Amino acid sequence: MSPVVPENAAGGGETDMSPASGDTEELLSVRDLVVGFATGREYVDAVRGVSFQIGRGQVVAIVGESGSGKSVTARSLVGLAGDGAGVRAEELAFDGLDLRQVRGRRWRALRGRRIGFVLQDALGSLDPLRRVGAEVAEPLREHRIVPAGETGAEVVRLLGSAGVPLPESRARQYSHEMSGGLRQRALIASALAARPDLLIADEPTTALDATVQRQVLRLLRDRADNGTAILLISHDLGVVAEIADHVYVMKDGRFVENGPARMVLRTPSHPYTRILVAAALGQGRGPARGGDAAPAGPDPDPGRVVLRADGLVKRYRLPGRGAFTAVDEVSVEVRAGETLGIVGESGSGKTTVGRLLLGLVAPDAGRVEVNGRLWNELRGPERRTARRRVQMIYQHPLASFDPRYTARQLLEEPLRAERVPGAERARRVAELLEHVGLGDEVLRRRARELSGGQRQRLAIARALAPRPDVIICDEPVSALDASIQAQVLDVLADVQERLGVAYVFISHDLGVIRRISHEVVVMKDGRVVESGDIRKVFEAPEHQYTKALLDAVPRLHGAGPAGAQAILNPR
Amino acid sequence: MAKSFWPGAVVLTLLAVLALFPSLFTGTDPDAADLNATLQPPSGAHWLGTDQNGRDLYARIVHGAGPSLLIGAGAVGLALVAGVLVGVAAAQLGRTVDQVLSRSLDVILSVPGLLLVFLVVAVLGPGGGPASVGLAVVSLPGFARVARAEVIRLRGAHYVEAAHGFGWSRAQVVLRHILPNALGPVMVLATVTLGAMIVAGSSLSFVGLGPQPPTAEWGAMLADSQEFLAVAWWPAAFPGAAITVAVLAVTVVGGHLQRRIERGRT
Repeated sequence: MSPVVPENAAGGGETDMSPASGDTEELLSVRDLVVGFATGREYVDAVRGVSFQIGRGQVVAIVGESGSGKSVTARSLVGLAGDGAGVRAEELAFDGLDLRQVRGRRWRALRGRRIGFVLQDALGSLDPLRRVGAEVAEPLREHRIVPAGETGAEVVRLLGSAGVPLPESRARQYSHEMSGGLRQRALIASALAARPDLLIADEPTTALDATVQRQVLRLLRDRADNGTAILLISHDLGVVAEIADHVYVMKDGRFVENGPARMVLRTPSHPYTRILVAAALGQGRGPARGGDAAPAGPDPDPGRVVLRADGLVKRYRLPGRGAFTAVDEVSVEVRAGETLGIVGESGSGKTTVGRLLLGLVAPDAGRVEVNGRLWNELRGPERRTARRRVQMIYQHPLASFDPRYTARQLLEEPLRAERVPGAERARRVAELLEHVGLGDEVLRRRARELSGGQRQRLAIARALAPRPDVIICDEPVSALDASIQAQVLDVLADVQERLGVAYVFISHDLGVIRRISHEVVVMKDGRVVESGDIRKVFEAPEHQYTKALLDAVPRLHGAGPAGAQAILNPR
Repeated sequence: MAKSFWPGAVVLTLLAVLALFPSLFTGTDPDAADLNATLQPPSGAHWLGTDQNGRDLYARIVHGAGPSLLIGAGAVGLALVAGVLVGVAAAQLGRTVDQVLSRSLDVILSVPGLLLVFLVVAVLGPGGGPASVGLAVVSLPGFARVARAEVIRLRGAHYVEAAHGFGWSRAQVVLRHILPNALGPVMVLATVTLGAMIVAGSSLSFVGLGPQPPTAEWGAMLADSQEFLAVAWWPAAFPGAAITVAVLAVTVVGGHLQRRIERGRT
């Protein structure tokens, strides 16, 4: 491969901004990578000429929103771009080896052994039929890293160094018996087992809670400091800023900006980068609510309690003996036109609280009142009518829509259930669309033909259809890109202003909770550890756990601790 | 789309028309015996030759399409409707109903299928209808189990949960959301089963448990031809070919539909 660079190769202007490596040895060098896919009769380029280098001991990050081509870029480096993908590059060299020439069997010697790969979906990447220890041992055995007799000990050592507590007993568990964070760490342990020179991590912390995310990021940085080169793929600039040396910002298959992490964050030059930085900093998210903010909306009796739960307890029997208390003595109150945020990590019981409030799960103790009437006492048609007063918005709107239905049918369904006549129905559907800012051209389409943001707007519109008092929102924006998140939150706030509907907003994302809530409840292990006005809790947390949670929010390098503050306290 | 789909679909359509309107394709009476022209090889007068009673084989194959295909199609239709009802009932009506229905299905599955079909035909008497019912009984547990599993899976789906939230009754939720979405895998099973059921129907006729003489039926025609195989190949070859072509067409089209349904689900 000759190192001749075409005069105006894409990314030509980047030469002066190559990683500030200086004395680091270049391990991976990519020049003018183009990856295209044949879809039907068309040929679409997902990656349109990107160039970058990674040296040993460096963490290089590619940041972009979904569809920007960042994952495809990562996958083409290990020959996994997929069927029908055409990969071309001026240069694609790994430690002096031309990756363009590597085929079939030789990839296997590279993957796992010299290049490790960590995927976002840890549950899908671990074999459900094998114990985690066997999963980690596989690369050890496959590439004969350690003598056969020492495999077990090495597995335990690897899991331990990946931050898995009690590695001996964890190694004997199956992946479904572990939490998301542990799974992700086990996956990183297996990717690092063969001591690869390069580790590619595609959204390694996206599914994780703030505190666990931090541990995983530290683990990656630690590996880099020990000489492993790391390519980090993420949509979250905050995550990247925590550990990356050099950042590439990707949009529509091209790098729009790159440079040392600090520089990109401090002085973003491309408008797109500015959006990402703003999203990570929590700017443009409007003032926090709560405190003196008057409850909005046309409710005749503002401040009326529309949903009240007292001493809720929910236990689940565990296989074998014993029980697991998912929700323990939780009491909450939601007022008309206000938002109650419930924040906590996965497994804290926040989703179960939502389901108890909805009446989908019966509590073992405690009571739920909707508009002053007890859920438990209602039966049959009466209960069904009361159901309409409390609606739900899910994290994945697509799963909450019948796949056979068009948007119009989806919006009409709750109205049909109330026997709203045809003409009136059409009028209300139009009204609903207007509330969430959707045009009526979406009505003919099915939900899967809509974008993520449109789908969540549609879900909001549908939840509004029965004119509920309360909408339970379970992580409604967690699956969305930063720029879309802000839009959907705006729609929610706007709808609340106009209609005076109350929200119970469940999320692990502190920035989002801060922005939308008036009151907040912090949950841990099924209990409420702290609650109260959003500003009080976020600015002067009293409980140890709340402090730890606020502390764990990824900081932006350049911005320093003030950056984290900005996320939480936008003013 | 697979290249084999269109030929398969054309053949299947042709067979359906053949089964419904046999007289469009031949004016000859399939049961008219001509003892002066027995076991004639294919010729201008008899395109596919004649059988041991001098009946025109072409006319018999054309008129046999209906009875032959109806046994299998009827069996699948019956099993599908009954199986879905049983499956939905088992999934929706509580533990006791589920236990009773599911164990009953296990009993059916534990009896050898062939024996069960013979039993049903022995009770109802030989004929196309009883053969269909017998085969339906044997294939019912498969449909019921798939339907039950689908309903249980969909019961927890978020969109079903949301529908309850709109205030629909349980029955309305089943009819509006669960049943229509559960039908995909059931239809896949139906298309896979249909080919096997056509062969099974012909086999029952072959041993004399299907439509009774003189009704033309491909399996029965095969049985009749056995004795004369040494002197005449055509009375065996043409009905055999008809069965093969029908099953092939069903399998090809069924496989295509299966792939389409599965793609739609992901």
